[in-house]
Amino acid sequence: MGAPTKVRLLVGKVGLDGHDRGAKIIARALRDAGFEVIYTGLHQTPEMVVAAAIQEDVDGIGLSVLSGAHNTIFPKILKLLAERDGADIVVFGGGIVPDEDVPRLLQAGVKAIFTPGTSTRQVIDWVKANVVPRRR
Amino acid sequence: MKPRDGRTAAAKRGARREWEERVLRPTLARRAERLPSFTTVSNVPVDRLVTAEDLEGWDPADKLGMPGEPPFTRGIHPTMYRGRLWTMRQFAGFGTAEDTNRRFRYLLEHGQTGLSVAFDLPTLMGRDSGDPQAEGEVGREGVAIDTLADMEVLLRDIPLGRISTSMTINAPAAVLLAMYLAVAERQGVPYAELEGTVQNDILKEYIAQKEWIYPPHPSLRIITDMIAFCSAEVPKWNTISISGYHIREAGSTAVQELAFTLADGIAYVQAGLETGLDVDAFAPRLSFFFNAHNDLFEEVAKLRAARRMWAAIMRDRFHARNPRSWMLRTHVQTAGCSLTAQQPHNNVVRVTIQALAAVLGGTQSLHTNALDETLALPTEESARLALRTQQILAEESGVADTIDPLAGSYFVESLTDRTEEAAWEYIRRIDAMGGMVRAIEQGFPQREIAEASYLYQNQIDRGEKTVVGVNRYTEGEARPIAVLRIGPEVEPQQIERLRRTRSGRDAARHGRALRDLQAAARGSTNLMPPILEAVKAYASVGEICDALRAVFGVYREGTVPL
Repeated sequence: MGAPTKVRLLVGKVGLDGHDRGAKIIARALRDAGFEVIYTGLHQTPEMVVAAAIQEDVDGIGLSVLSGAHNTIFPKILKLLAERDGADIVVFGGGIVPDEDVPRLLQAGVKAIFTPGTSTRQVIDWVKANVVPRRR
Repeated sequence: MKPRDGRTAAAKRGARREWEERVLRPTLARRAERLPSFTTVSNVPVDRLVTAEDLEGWDPADKLGMPGEPPFTRGIHPTMYRGRLWTMRQFAGFGTAEDTNRRFRYLLEHGQTGLSVAFDLPTLMGRDSGDPQAEGEVGREGVAIDTLADMEVLLRDIPLGRISTSMTINAPAAVLLAMYLAVAERQGVPYAELEGTVQNDILKEYIAQKEWIYPPHPSLRIITDMIAFCSAEVPKWNTISISGYHIREAGSTAVQELAFTLADGIAYVQAGLETGLDVDAFAPRLSFFFNAHNDLFEEVAKLRAARRMWAAIMRDRFHARNPRSWMLRTHVQTAGCSLTAQQPHNNVVRVTIQALAAVLGGTQSLHTNALDETLALPTEESARLALRTQQILAEESGVADTIDPLAGSYFVESLTDRTEEAAWEYIRRIDAMGGMVRAIEQGFPQREIAEASYLYQNQIDRGEKTVVGVNRYTEGEARPIAVLRIGPEVEPQQIERLRRTRSGRDAARHGRALRDLQAAARGSTNLMPPILEAVKAYASVGEICDALRAVFGVYREGTVPL
């Protein structure tokens, strides 16, 4: 192992949801904060996101979901990651997620859900504290 | 010429300078202003004081005209809201067609005067319920419509000859319009009596909302086919609602919203002309859709400038002869992106200010957002409160009782002029690129919006722009409010209904209809008649769009710059 590597992050949009304002702002803010950031673009399937995460060897995946499909998308991503030896990739997310759905997502293995009104600074600080380069 | 009060302009300027020296300077010396500089929500500098001298050379006959007359700055109707209030049109749709039909009838019973259908994401993207890509999204952001069978339920017991209906649908707009026509036929209502709107604005999808299917050129062909069909068969139908709303929601400034929307409008008119249509045959049925954000005067200025600019575009650029072609008729929706999850009741106040801006700006119809819309789709109670907000504005506040009450305000008129000039500058740049389709292909409006939205977010994060309850006046404990839940049963139910419709339909007629549609797509005949036949054969939205995907291909967004 050489010098400590930069944390690599994948910011993704899954499903038919076209609301990409938040995803792009977060991706850019994380990049400006010094992380390596890959933005998937729109209309990805969970399979595509997981394949990209494994291939790009990222340390964390941030998903933006404003379509109400969070209860479907997050568990599916976590399951696919586990199947592909990616269970240690930190999954976090944001978007329109009702408070009552948050505990269930956290229990399923999502590490944080950021709801509307979160500042980019809060997300950056959380990532700094919670996402570290994976042991490879 | 001497101003009416007998003093010359120079004397007036002198008066202002004298006031600045004698009164303002010592005041500022004692106490600085709250901020080093003031700007609108969109970062346009706001002057301390605007006076008559800022409007030197400003001619009301030229800039305003009279209500109902060009350039329509004061409104498109001679009596505006004294004659008839704006249409209160609350956007609604969730779950199955039954759920939404119930909400529609509820809203109509409570005094709503027009319908507005929200479709779910799979429908908006031309996918059926049950499509792997639609998993988890059926009925969530709007109502799930797969076939005519669903549309029949959606519009059950709603008299289509007496109500106007707006459908927020873009890439598959032709399919949903065909379904609406088929239901009207069954109700015995002639096409010529139908009133309504399909959003049908694909250009802003590439720019902002991102619900596209086909590439731009075949998309524009579908749109011009619809325009040609409707101008002959459904003359009271608004064929496009050229939308700035989503551009603003994606993070643009007010000026960008105005400029990109009008540039989209220019592209549609151009496309119509290129198919050989006469401008006055279709331009009167183009309508608009703008956002109303928090900055009251900026929003009023934007709407007033929009009307003046469109009149100039249609008259001077496209040489339309019918004054109805020059009129910018618009729907307004309050800004969803301005609402906060924190202290959600504050949203009622934001919506009230935004709705006031829409009314002072002269809108033709209005949707007021519900306080819970950053959390979920609105509950029945919050939807009713949003409607009541409009009714209070209309019937208690007095603002609807005189026409264009802000006209002549030094500040509002100068802001209107500045907004207009900044929007023209964008339009000139887009023209220089070869028009909006080329600008989109180069990612120009997308980049401009992304820059503006990133700047705005940074300003909020740094506290340079205040959002009450988010970066100021925050409260530690969130007090949750009840939100509408879409049950997990909706998706399997809808998939099952589609399965039943498929097994019950005439397979031969269905297959023939889709083949005929593809033949028309490969050729150049109007697509609306074969789409209508496919719909009547109970072909689904996904099947019809797939048939066209096979001919037209699909759009892919290029690399998105961060």
